[in-house]
Amino acid sequence: MPGYTRKATLAVLLAGTVMVAPALGDESAELVIDGETLITRAPAPEHMENMSEIMSGWLFRSSETQAVQMDDFDNPGMLYVDEGLDLWNVVEGEAGESCASCHGDAESMAGVRTQMPHVNENGELWAMEDYINNCRTERMGAEAWGWESNEMLSMTTMISYQSRGMPMDVQIDGEAAPYWEQGREMYYTRTGQLNFSCANCHEDNYGNMLRADHLSQGQINGFPVYRLKWAGVGSIHRRLRGCITDTRAETYGRGSDELTALELYVASRGNGLSVEAPSVRN
Amino acid sequence: MEGVRPRVRVDNATEAGASVEVKTLISHPMESGQRRDGDGNLIPRQIINRFTAEYNGEMVIDIAIDPAVSTNPYFEFDATVPEPGSFTFTWYDDDGDVYTATDDQSW
Amino acid sequence: MNLTRRQALITAISAAAVAGFVPRSAMATTMEEAMAAFTGGAEATEGGAVIITAPEIAENGNTVPVEVAAEGAARITIFASGNPNPEVVTFAFGPLAAAQRASTRIRLAGTQDVIVVAEMADGSYQMAAQEVKVTIGGCGG
Repeated sequence: MPGYTRKATLAVLLAGTVMVAPALGDESAELVIDGETLITRAPAPEHMENMSEIMSGWLFRSSETQAVQMDDFDNPGMLYVDEGLDLWNVVEGEAGESCASCHGDAESMAGVRTQMPHVNENGELWAMEDYINNCRTERMGAEAWGWESNEMLSMTTMISYQSRGMPMDVQIDGEAAPYWEQGREMYYTRTGQLNFSCANCHEDNYGNMLRADHLSQGQINGFPVYRLKWAGVGSIHRRLRGCITDTRAETYGRGSDELTALELYVASRGNGLSVEAPSVRN
Repeated sequence: MEGVRPRVRVDNATEAGASVEVKTLISHPMESGQRRDGDGNLIPRQIINRFTAEYNGEMVIDIAIDPAVSTNPYFEFDATVPEPGSFTFTWYDDDGDVYTATDDQSW
Repeated sequence: MNLTRRQALITAISAAAVAGFVPRSAMATTMEEAMAAFTGGAEATEGGAVIITAPEIAENGNTVPVEVAAEGAARITIFASGNPNPEVVTFAFGPLAAAQRASTRIRLAGTQDVIVVAEMADGSYQMAAQEVKVTIGGCGG
């Protein structure tokens, strides 16, 4: 369509929302769970040149959705934490070991989420799922779990929950630097038939409405997340695939090097925000 | 159905006749019977169709459930605790399975 | 451009109107049938006894929190008038119910009236309705 610029595409999408009253929550609300206040606003990390403050996606949700996360009983994501705790003690595989055989209590996992993804001893960038499956196949002699399987989601949710409240702190320099650069490049590259980059929505337009959706900063500190839409918990890569597909682009596989690099970069944009797992979103 | 996990949270009564808030949640897909699989075939309905809460054998609430109740059914209600004893919570699955949970009250 | 958009809008409205007349499947019940099944044909009045707490706008129709209350009611039922089947849930209060109040989370197929009917202690029926708008998000993901 002549003269119909890319910028205009987003403007039209955004303008389409004026007909619907937005379901906005209270952006100044505090996320308090069990008496603990989580960090939902923080100064932007130094590497983010275009933003001064980072905000958890929780702040962008309606008050009803916010409330579900504020009570661990109301939060259905806690079902996955319970399941993960059971799996932690299950002996499986040829070595006759469980997670607990090597790692002891699940509480020993505190802090792990804050550093994921992380470069392993061979210099490869691994997501938490990669570390879990490596344990299963190499140490336990058990079969790897599917990335989006119930077992994997339960385990990543439970392990992440051990870090709840701790600030995200992924490494972006040293061995991580090339992966981080790759992820950053992906974040700012326009893609798909709609020709959007991640930044078009989550940096240039957060706080605005995309139809009836209140655009967040696209932070992933809350993952794994219980989405009302999914009626279940989903992985970071599931969400990234959804976003990329929404731009009408060919997307990458769960666990691919590309999505893991993008995960690292997006995680680094949330350095300083609390781990919220399991968070609740729409 | 395997892997179904009930959770309950009940306030503690501090005297006979106290009113306590009860919250219950159970992991269940609540397959509505209206969705289709990748081949276009209807996925058969499988839901929790009834939930009851009793205290020392007396009924608190009896809930008849249709497929429009969300995945992982959640219920919240208020119960009177007339004397020390225990709650029994029961969920009834379409496949005939029954899941239970209990909560003891004393003061 | 304008003409095209207007035409598209008219087409969309027509499609919606046609969809409203699609015959229901054998399993489905109408709102009237569901109401009659609950009240035994008796009329429900809007006397103010029934209180509904539900969001004006739900972020996702899969999981909409709804609380209902009607002091002294024997039973309270929730209907989703715009769902393929309107029945949602019926709470029957026993002797140890401390209040005739309950909360749950329900599925709404789209923007519609949530209708709540209570069978009162004297056998009469009271009702209340509230519209819940179900938003269509910008990002399916």
